[in-house]
Amino acid sequence: MSTAKAIAQDVRTGTRRAAAVLEEYLGRIELHDSDIHAFNTVTAEQARAAAASIDAAVSQGRDPGPLAGVPIAFKDNMCTRGVPTTCSSRMLETWSPPYDATVVQAMTAAGAVMVGKTNLDEFAMGSSTEHSAFGPTRNPYDLTRVPGGSSGGSAAAVAAGFVPLALGSDTGGSIRQPAALCGIVGIKPTYGRVSRYGLVAFASSFDQIGPFAADVADAALALEVISGHDPGDSTSIPTAVPDYDAALGKGVEGLRVGVISELTGGGRNGSRNGGGNGNLLEGIDADIAERVLEAADALAEAGAVVGSVSVPAVTYGLTAYYLIAPAEASSNLARYDGTRYGLRIDGADVEEMNRLTRRAGFGDEVKARIMLGTFALSAGYYDAYYGKAQRVRMLTRRDFDAAYADYDVLLSPTSPCVAFRFGERSDPMTMYRCDTCTIPSNLSGDPAMSVPFGTGTDDLPVGVQILAPALGEETMLTVAAALERAAPPLPAPQMAAGGASGGA
Amino acid sequence: MAKVAPEWETVVGLEVHVELATDTKLFSAAPSRFGDEPNTNVTPVCLGLPGSLPVLNRRAVELAIAVGLALNCEIRPSIFHRKNYFYPDMPKDYQVSQYDQPICSDGWLDVPGANRVGIERAHLEEDAGKTTHLGGADGRIHGAVGALVDYNRAGTPLLEIVSRPDIGSAAEASAYVEELRAILLALGASDARLEEGSMRVDANISVRPAGSDELRTRCEVKNVNSLRSLRNAIDYEARRHIGLYQSGEEPIQETRHWSTDGRTHALRSKEEADDYRYFPEPDLVPLAPDPEWISRVRAAMPALPAAQRERLGELGADLDDAQIIVNRGLASLVLDAVGAGADANRTVMHAVQNLALDGAELLDATQLASLVQMEAAGQLTATQAKTVLGVMCERAHDGNADPGAIAAELGFEAMDSSELEMLVGQAIADHPEAWQKFCAGEAKVAGVFVGAVMKATRGQADGKVVNQLLAQRRDA
Repeated sequence: MSTAKAIAQDVRTGTRRAAAVLEEYLGRIELHDSDIHAFNTVTAEQARAAAASIDAAVSQGRDPGPLAGVPIAFKDNMCTRGVPTTCSSRMLETWSPPYDATVVQAMTAAGAVMVGKTNLDEFAMGSSTEHSAFGPTRNPYDLTRVPGGSSGGSAAAVAAGFVPLALGSDTGGSIRQPAALCGIVGIKPTYGRVSRYGLVAFASSFDQIGPFAADVADAALALEVISGHDPGDSTSIPTAVPDYDAALGKGVEGLRVGVISELTGGGRNGSRNGGGNGNLLEGIDADIAERVLEAADALAEAGAVVGSVSVPAVTYGLTAYYLIAPAEASSNLARYDGTRYGLRIDGADVEEMNRLTRRAGFGDEVKARIMLGTFALSAGYYDAYYGKAQRVRMLTRRDFDAAYADYDVLLSPTSPCVAFRFGERSDPMTMYRCDTCTIPSNLSGDPAMSVPFGTGTDDLPVGVQILAPALGEETMLTVAAALERAAPPLPAPQMAAGGASGGA
Repeated sequence: MAKVAPEWETVVGLEVHVELATDTKLFSAAPSRFGDEPNTNVTPVCLGLPGSLPVLNRRAVELAIAVGLALNCEIRPSIFHRKNYFYPDMPKDYQVSQYDQPICSDGWLDVPGANRVGIERAHLEEDAGKTTHLGGADGRIHGAVGALVDYNRAGTPLLEIVSRPDIGSAAEASAYVEELRAILLALGASDARLEEGSMRVDANISVRPAGSDELRTRCEVKNVNSLRSLRNAIDYEARRHIGLYQSGEEPIQETRHWSTDGRTHALRSKEEADDYRYFPEPDLVPLAPDPEWISRVRAAMPALPAAQRERLGELGADLDDAQIIVNRGLASLVLDAVGAGADANRTVMHAVQNLALDGAELLDATQLASLVQMEAAGQLTATQAKTVLGVMCERAHDGNADPGAIAAELGFEAMDSSELEMLVGQAIADHPEAWQKFCAGEAKVAGVFVGAVMKATRGQADGKVVNQLLAQRRDA
C-alpha cells in the first residue's frame, strides 16, 4: 500500500493517474467494507469526477496540491455539501448540508479526493462505534472487536487500507483511542489549530479535528493542510502553520521526555523498576503501561532525557469531562427539534413534535448525556457540578504547565486497554474509562497524538500517547517519528491477511 | 407629574431592546434587513445548521460601546452566555446573550424636565425569528392550525438597556424613552421606532406608599408599542396595584400583556419556573474592548441631545422647539444649516413646523441652508418654501434635493422687481378709490392690490414684497 505522500508525489509528477489510484481504493472498499462497515456513505461517482479533474489539471501543467489524488474519508460529522452528514444518528439520516466544512474545503483545495463518510458513535458520543445508529464498525485487526471510537470508522478505514488518510474529531480521545486500537497514527491538534467550522458540535470547548494515517509523515502532511486560522471559527488560532514535515527528521537528542506517573504506575527516573505499577490508575492494563516505559527507553536510547513526572489533576479528568462535555452537548443538540431539518415526528403541537422527534431521533447514549448535561447546568446544581468541573479544568491546565516547565513532551498510554470485544464494555462507566488517558489533553486544549508501539493482550496493537504544550505540534511530531523508527513491527491486520491488500 | 393617587407613588424600571443599525447580523454575514422575502437573509449560522459557528460583528460592539458611553456607563470586559430554551423561532434553541458580564454597566441618563435615571446595564444579544400562526385569529397562537417561521430577523443584533427603578411616573417613563431614543438617533445606533418594533419597551411597574423607598412586588408589562400605550399601561398597572393593596390583597410577580382594550392581562402562567441553564458560550471568545478602541469610539461620537439642545438654545430656539428638533433627529441638520449661513430663526421654524416628514433626517444641511437663503432673498415665499421643503424630503433618499432646481421645476420663479412694480402700478390704476382709502390710512384695503397682483401672477408674487411696494408708493 502506498503512503499519501507517495501517491501525491506520483500524481503530481504524472507517474500515476488519480483515477487509477482511486479505483484501487474503491475496489478495496467494495470488497471488504461489508465486513468492516467503516463507511456510512461511499461517494464513488463524486470521487471519480474529482479524480478526473485532478488528472486534467496535471495534464494541463497545473499542480493540484500537496495531496493530489490522495483518497480521503471524512468522519460523518463533518459537513459535506450535498452529501449526507448523518452523525450516525436517525436524527440526521437524510440531512445533506448546503455547505462544506472548512477542513473539507482545505482538503479538496489540496487535491485530496473524498471517497466517503465514515461511521462513528452517534454524535461522537462513545469509545467503540457501538453507539452508531447504523451498526458498529469492526476492527480490521479482529472482526470480533471494536475499532474504538468515536471516530472508529475513520480509524478502521485507514487500518483496512480503504484510504491512506482520514479525518476524525477528538472531544475526549475520539481520534487517539481508535488510532491506538487500530494500530495507526492519530493526532489531536491544539484546540484552535484546526477550524471547527462545519464540524457538527458535540462539546464545543473540546471538539478538535485531526488526521488518521498509517504513518507519522502522512499524518503530519494532513495536519499541515488542515491547520491554520479560519475567520469563520472565533476560537481558531491566528498563528502561522509551521512546516511539520521538517520536524520529522530532527531527532530527539536532548529533548526532555516526562512519563506521566499516574498513567504508567510510577515510571522510572533513570533506572528501571519494571512492574512497579502500585499507583497505576484504575483500569489501565499493566502491559500497556509497560509498552509506554519501553517507548521511553527507546527515546532515551535515541538521546532524549527521560524522567517521570506527576500530573495529579489527570486523576480527576474523567469526572470533570463527563460534566462539562454533556453540559455543552445538552445545549448543542437542542437544535434537533424537528422544526428546520432532519427528522420530524409530527405532534399535536410544537412541544409534542419536539418531544416525539427527539425521542425517536436520538439513541440511548445521546439521551443519557443530554440528561446528564441538563442536570449539571440546572439552577441549584450549576456550581456543584459544572462550576466545579471548570475549576478542575483550570487545575489540569496548571498541572500541565508545571510539568512542561521541566519537560518538552510527556508520554502516557493512549488507551487503557487494547481493542475489546463487542458488548464487553456495555456498562457506561467502564466505557467512559476508555478516555482516562486522553481526556486531560482535551481539558487543557494541548495537542496529543497516538503512535503504535508494540502489542498487548492477544497480540493486539498498543498506542503510546505523546503530549505537548499548546502549539507544540512540531516537537510532538519529532518524538512521534523517533518512536515510529524504534517501534517493533506490527502484525498484519486480520482483514488484510484475508486478502485486503492482495491487489496492491 | 400628575400622581395616580396622592398617597401612593409609582415605581418604574424600563427594559428597552433596540435593534442596532448594523449592515449584517450579530454573528453572521447575512444582511440585517427587513421586508425581504421570508428566509432569504439567512446563512447556515442564522438557521442554526449543524456545524455552523458564530463570529461577533465588530460594528455591533462599537455601537454598543457608543450607547454605553452616551449613557455614562462603564465599558467592561464581557462574555456571552447561552440562554437555553426551546422555541421554534430560536434556531439553535438557545439565545446567545450577555448575562452576568454585560459590556456596559452602571451609568445614568438625565431626563429633560425630570430626574436622573440610573442605568443598570446594557448588553448585546441576538434576536429571534418571527413566527406567524396559521388559522388562528390575527396570526395569534390561539386556535392556530400551523405556524410559519421567518428567520430573516434571527440573529439581528439587539442592545438591551436596563434602567434602575428610578422612574416615578408614566410621564417620566415616556420622557426617558424619548430621550433615550434621541440619543440612539444622534449616534446612528438604531432607528429606534417603537411602532415598527426596532425599539421595544418592557416596563417593570410597582407602587409604594408616597415618601417610602421600599420596592414592592413588580409586574413586567410587555407589548407596549407606543409612548401613549407606555403611559397608559403604567397608569393602568399602578392603579391596579393600588386597588389590590387597598382591598387587602397583593399583586403577584408576573409578566402581563398590554392589550388594545386598555388593560393589562396576565400571560398564561407556566407550570414550572423557567430554568435557562445559562453557561458561557464556548463558540465565542471573551470580548474585552481595549481602552484605545473605546477612545476611538468616543472620539467619533457626534454631539448628544443634551448638548444639541443647548446649542439650539444659543441660536434662539426655546426649550420646546429644541426638544422637538432633537427628538426628530434634526439637530445636526439645523445646526449645520445655520453654520452654512442660513438664518437661525427661519431654520428652526422650518424644522419645527414643516419638517415632521419622513426623509427630513436625510436632508443635506447645505441644501436646507440654500432654501432658507432663497426665502430670505425673496426668491421664494414662505408658502413656496414649505412646498419646496416637502419635495426635498421626498427626494432626500436619492440626494436629488436641490431647492433651486425644485423651485424652478415647480415654476416658483422669483418675480423681477421691476415687473412687480409695474403690476403694482397697474393694480393702483385699476382701483383708484381703494388707493385713495389706502393713502388715507385704511391699511386693510391693501388686500385689494395684493389680490390683484397675485391674480396677475397666478400666486407667484411675494405678498410681503407687494406690501412693501405699496407702502413705498404711498409714502413717496
